[in-house]
Amino acid sequence: MGTLTRIILVAGLLALAGGCKFAPVKKSGEAIEPPPPVAEQPAPEAPQEKRYVIGEEASLDVSALSDPASPLAKRVIYFELDSSQVDEEGRDIIGRHARFLAAHPELSIVLEGHADERGTREYNLALGERRAKAVRQLMVLQGVDPKQIQVISFGEERPVALDHNEAAWRLNRRVEILYSGY
Amino acid sequence: MKRRFLIPLLALGLLLAGPARAVLTIEITQGVEGASPIAIVPFGWEGQGAPPEAMHEIVAADLQRSGFFAPLPEADLIARPVDPRQVNFANWRALNVDHLLVGRMAALPDGTFQVQFQLLDVLKGTQLAGYSIRSRLPDLRRTAHQISDIVYKAITGRPGAFDTRIAYVTVTGDRKQQKTFRLAVADADGHNERIVYESSRPLMSPDWAPDGKRLAYVSFRNGRSEIYIQNLLTGQAERVAGFPGLNSAPAFAPDGRRLALTLSKDGNPEIYVMELQTRRLIRITRNFAIDTEPAWTPDGKALVFTSDRGGSPQLYEVAVGAGGPAGRPQRLTFDGNYNARAAVSPDGRHIAMVHREEGRFRIAVLDRKTGRLRILTDNRLDESPSFAPNGSMIIYATEDNYRGVLAAVSVDGRARQRFRLQTGDVREPCWSPFKR
Repeated sequence: MGTLTRIILVAGLLALAGGCKFAPVKKSGEAIEPPPPVAEQPAPEAPQEKRYVIGEEASLDVSALSDPASPLAKRVIYFELDSSQVDEEGRDIIGRHARFLAAHPELSIVLEGHADERGTREYNLALGERRAKAVRQLMVLQGVDPKQIQVISFGEERPVALDHNEAAWRLNRRVEILYSGY
Repeated sequence: MKRRFLIPLLALGLLLAGPARAVLTIEITQGVEGASPIAIVPFGWEGQGAPPEAMHEIVAADLQRSGFFAPLPEADLIARPVDPRQVNFANWRALNVDHLLVGRMAALPDGTFQVQFQLLDVLKGTQLAGYSIRSRLPDLRRTAHQISDIVYKAITGRPGAFDTRIAYVTVTGDRKQQKTFRLAVADADGHNERIVYESSRPLMSPDWAPDGKRLAYVSFRNGRSEIYIQNLLTGQAERVAGFPGLNSAPAFAPDGRRLALTLSKDGNPEIYVMELQTRRLIRITRNFAIDTEPAWTPDGKALVFTSDRGGSPQLYEVAVGAGGPAGRPQRLTFDGNYNARAAVSPDGRHIAMVHREEGRFRIAVLDRKTGRLRILTDNRLDESPSFAPNGSMIIYATEDNYRGVLAAVSVDGRARQRFRLQTGDVREPCWSPFKR
């Protein structure tokens, strides 16, 4: 999956970009009211609905991975300068994926660590790894098998935001959760 | 030429032969006050047509770039002697010129060239140096750099570093996905750029082997950081470290047989030394912190490295024994809360580093004799310092209008130059050793 697609997922945009497939799950027994017939217009499609319960990620199936509205849609954890401390929002995101991954031992992920452009390249490579490992540690504590997780650091070599200001740096200090095959 | 790079097979470990573009241009942004005036006369020419290289221009540019010489503008030359016997010293003394370089070049029947020159002391009216060099057409620029080295040595008493090269990384491509990373080698004056490796994946941390024939670097060609050593003469690249985790920050030992590197295979980034022939690893650091960016001292007995074991990145030094560290690492830097990516001067006295001050990253030099830290640069994001093999200048990466460019500064901060690339970013310069 391209970085662009990931950004869109992260932003939680419901508008779907090309290449990002939304495969809704149809639940049996769902009541669908047929719309009243209108002469000139073609019949609108039946509404497609899904409901998610926060904390119940373990019950999701893999189709949730391609749904930009699912609790698994956020896949980037952000960090402060020179830090690998995970904040509350990050812990929430990590928790959702950890519950899901623990229930799906057949799935594996790559945790990709990144840094902003400030500081030396090699130190930032190490910092990116430390951030990814901090995320891995939290996932393992919540029952994910370490074998499901691969850690890779790109340091400052793969920024998503190319400006040279705090707004861009904040977006670049990150760990991305990448599902293998999704 | 660009089209050839699209062929993936060629992209792997390729040394381009043949003439190359001169894409780096150098400007002197600050010369040294009191630079020594020298007159460099156009060399005489015995051969068909125009001389194949303007030797005097190459030498004059070299000497001016060093900051220690002020070549007389060609238009101000009062005479154009090509031999010491034609020199009237009194006329040159009147121009306040300290030294005079005269020379001549002759095309020989076998296609080679005979280059002769004399360096003259104008005040004393004596000859300081005189040589005759046989050269070939593709080597004439190099011959001119060697003349610059001889002049520099004869006048300053220190070896010149004009006949050396720099390796660096360039990045071109649009702002999204299609980036191209290139490892390039050019003459120290920016001419004769050769691309030695190209990839769509990130590439970083080039380091010269002491023999000047190999480069170590970090490549993400397999999706994560690994260390390769590439032979510049054959183009062949060999992966020397592909362990789980980080494989990065390669640094050839002065003996050329060992490579210091950073591996995180045992949990977190630690410094190791690899014996290249046996691939045996010796672990040097053992700490929960980040330990990386090893740099050898010139005697090959110790490593200066970056560690945040004290809470912020600082430089430490550790002696390297046969089977591990010889003693505990000693902290070297105490000014500020970010000192990283050391480069040790060839005489061991100075350590250049990236130093953060008020959120800005500058190149600073620690004088180990006095303990003083001197900040040499004043930009926002200066990094990757590398000493010239004669210790005269430090080349580093900086930016101009948010574009990566290279610059150089003398250790005392008096002379400055800037290297410009026509397109894209240029970063991570590494100055070659004398050998090639």
